Amino acid sequence: MLYNVENFASHFFVLGDPLIYGADVSIVLVSLAIVFVLTYYKKWGWLWREWLTTVDHKKIGIMYMIAALLMLFRGGVDAILMRTQLIMPNMPFLKAQHYNEIFTTHGTIMILFMAMPFIFAMMNIAVPLQIGARDVAFPYLNAISFWLFFFAAMLLNLSFVIGGSPDAGWTSYAPLAGLTFDKGPGENYYLLALQITGIGSMATGINFFVTIMKMRAPGMTLMRMPLFTWSILAACIIIIFAFPPLTAALTLLLMDRLAGAHFFTIFDGGNPMMYVNMFWMWGHPEVYIVVLPAFGVFSEVVATFSKKRTFGYASMVASLIAIAVISFFTWVHHFFTMGAGPGVNSFFAVATMIIAIPTGVKVFNWLFTMYQGRIRTKLPMLWAIAFIPNFAIGGASGVMLAVAPADYQFHNSYFLVAHFHQVLIGGVVFGMLAGMYYWWPKMFGFMLNERLGRIAFWFFNIGFYVCFLPQYWLGWMGMTRRIYTYLPGMGWTFWNIISTFGAYLMGVGFVFIVLQILYSIRYGERDLTGDPWDGRTLEWSLPSPVPHYNFARIPEVTGRDAWWTMKEAKQKGEMQPELEPLKPIHMPNDSGRPFILSVLFFIFGFGMVFTWYPMAAVAFIGILLSLILRSFEYDTDHTLSVDEIRRTEAAYGRV
Amino acid sequence: MAMADSFVKSQGSQSVPLEYTHEEDALRIFGFWIFLATDLLLFASLFATYSVLYRHVGHGPGPLQIFDITGFSAETFILLTSSFTCGLATYSMHRGQKAAMMAWMIVTILLGVSFISLELSEFASDIARGATLQTSAFLSAFFTLVGTHGAHVSFGIVWMTLILIQLAIHGLTPTTARKAFIVSLYWHFLDVVWIFIFTIVYLLGVMS
Repeated sequence: MLYNVENFASHFFVLGDPLIYGADVSIVLVSLAIVFVLTYYKKWGWLWREWLTTVDHKKIGIMYMIAALLMLFRGGVDAILMRTQLIMPNMPFLKAQHYNEIFTTHGTIMILFMAMPFIFAMMNIAVPLQIGARDVAFPYLNAISFWLFFFAAMLLNLSFVIGGSPDAGWTSYAPLAGLTFDKGPGENYYLLALQITGIGSMATGINFFVTIMKMRAPGMTLMRMPLFTWSILAACIIIIFAFPPLTAALTLLLMDRLAGAHFFTIFDGGNPMMYVNMFWMWGHPEVYIVVLPAFGVFSEVVATFSKKRTFGYASMVASLIAIAVISFFTWVHHFFTMGAGPGVNSFFAVATMIIAIPTGVKVFNWLFTMYQGRIRTKLPMLWAIAFIPNFAIGGASGVMLAVAPADYQFHNSYFLVAHFHQVLIGGVVFGMLAGMYYWWPKMFGFMLNERLGRIAFWFFNIGFYVCFLPQYWLGWMGMTRRIYTYLPGMGWTFWNIISTFGAYLMGVGFVFIVLQILYSIRYGERDLTGDPWDGRTLEWSLPSPVPHYNFARIPEVTGRDAWWTMKEAKQKGEMQPELEPLKPIHMPNDSGRPFILSVLFFIFGFGMVFTWYPMAAVAFIGILLSLILRSFEYDTDHTLSVDEIRRTEAAYGRV
Repeated sequence: MAMADSFVKSQGSQSVPLEYTHEEDALRIFGFWIFLATDLLLFASLFATYSVLYRHVGHGPGPLQIFDITGFSAETFILLTSSFTCGLATYSMHRGQKAAMMAWMIVTILLGVSFISLELSEFASDIARGATLQTSAFLSAFFTLVGTHGAHVSFGIVWMTLILIQLAIHGLTPTTARKAFIVSLYWHFLDVVWIFIFTIVYLLGVMS
């Protein structure tokens, strides 16, 4: 009996590595600290009422952002560990298996649990406000999306200490990720966590597509929408089309692993190349799902901080849509070397190069927007300006990779690693940080400290180039990705030392961002105007933080840059339209069910990971029950009275 | 709900069907159409997998050996009929005939149940003959594609039953009408998917 328990525990918990024990201890300590703080300050009820049950898009956005920053930390620690291992040849710091797990979780977390929630954060916070809506189309579904993502992230992170992490790379190619070569529960964690968060992402895509198409304020035609909203619309269209193939690929691989099917096995007729195709049919559009919203943020930020209308609005919209469409015709460039033949490879090579054209159009439009503008280099603008050279270099190396014959050389080398980090960090992370700085006062009602932010910016930006430019050289010198160590005579040592040093600088940059936030929570300047940047779009017409019903009166939109137009009219002393009397507002009720439903999904996923089917079955029945309960719920919203609205508006000094 | 004021109503209230009378219901119907697009793409991925793998029979039986023409013809006939009776339910709903609507929904559910029983017995006889999910890539793809459709139909049966109960409790209101309309969209969608399964899986299978 005792032996059985020991045997079980030694497989269930990851043992024998001091780093993991460290992680165990820190997880326990952090959890205890959270429980203690919540109990000591009697905040459990507050947490449940204000956050865990909320269906308010602004609060959901804030939770997405906090989760994304936490995951950025987790993925960043992975990166620091990997760079430390590679600083010198034959480093004894990490073992091969541990290194495999770390690069797998680093990639998976950064794309699916950092970049995705960060864009969801920005769209939740800004889109309904920009289009003059009171919420998203399906607020309850929005809460489900968030909690599914959150518990999927917990599930993946749990793998580190329980059962072992996935170790077949973030792409999880079959047959390496199949049962023959990868027996542990790690890959199951990967497949189930991605599946659960994927349901949430798909729901968000549908939710915001409907919101943007159907809930715009009167007068806001499609061609009057702010460019950030346009970028989200394009991203939602990609989500709707790209996620189903991923769902299928993950399900089929899970069937291979759990039910003994033969989709991607070597024997009995399976075809592993099918997995690679389906994965990248999602995977390539996915990079545009995360980068288009970043483009949207830059469009808002550049126009606001140059005090000019965006140059070439129509071409900005056209290029967003062009990118969204072409992104579905490039997936094969991830595996030119698989041998699809010259015809197929040429098609995808050319499609990949073509996509650089609309992207180039956007870069020139941002530059022309700045040209002769009155530029203020506040934090959001700083990140936007830093993005442009960064993305130009990353884009150029991307076009080099798109040349199929040359790709046979670059493929799987550090050249590729440098390229995609340059576009994903230089594009997405810079963009999301710009967005965070830009909308921070709108979210919380106070400004972030400028000086600490600048220190963070310079550390992160310089660290970025120091870290990744040497990796282009390393790639040319033949260093392949995903190797956990190398020999002294390769000539790689010097550039690896430089690169690791750069990674540390980026780490310091991140620490300063955290310091900046903590400092500003206490000492940050309050934003009393609601319009600290002299903004152009409707979210800046509201007080900060925004009242939960957003708009007391839905605005009438007469042109692009709706809020700027209104301010100009006011300045010229034009006749202001008569204010309509306030009307009662319908609001959705808060609900604890999205949270509970997602906990059940977590339990279901955990049961499936370890093939404890009774546990999974119980959780699955729970999921069905909560769906049925929702179906029978008819009292789903309430009405805010005019008095209540008037009181809230008066508290903000706006009557 | 929150969007009530921002969504401009353009039609006169008489010409709008019951399920479209409230903006939030119209939004949900629109959202459900988009969901159906994603679900269709999920099936498209499974169809693509099946098309790649259906000749990969390994050591197992091929389509000709396991497909039963009478069986899948009956399944097709039953499911197409259920789509028709589901349409009759929507037709009765638009004429405000609650009893007829519920009766047609019950007929639809019964047809759905008989479809599922036939499919299950087909699967059971395949498995009895040693043709299982684990036998070959072709059979993995076949059971997954057809089984996913079957799981959708089963879900639809439970869902339609729940809507039926709500109709009995609340009567025909804009909310229940919207719910019934959405479940009928789902049902028709499954019929469309079945037509592709019938053609690509069964007809091509017995012709090869």
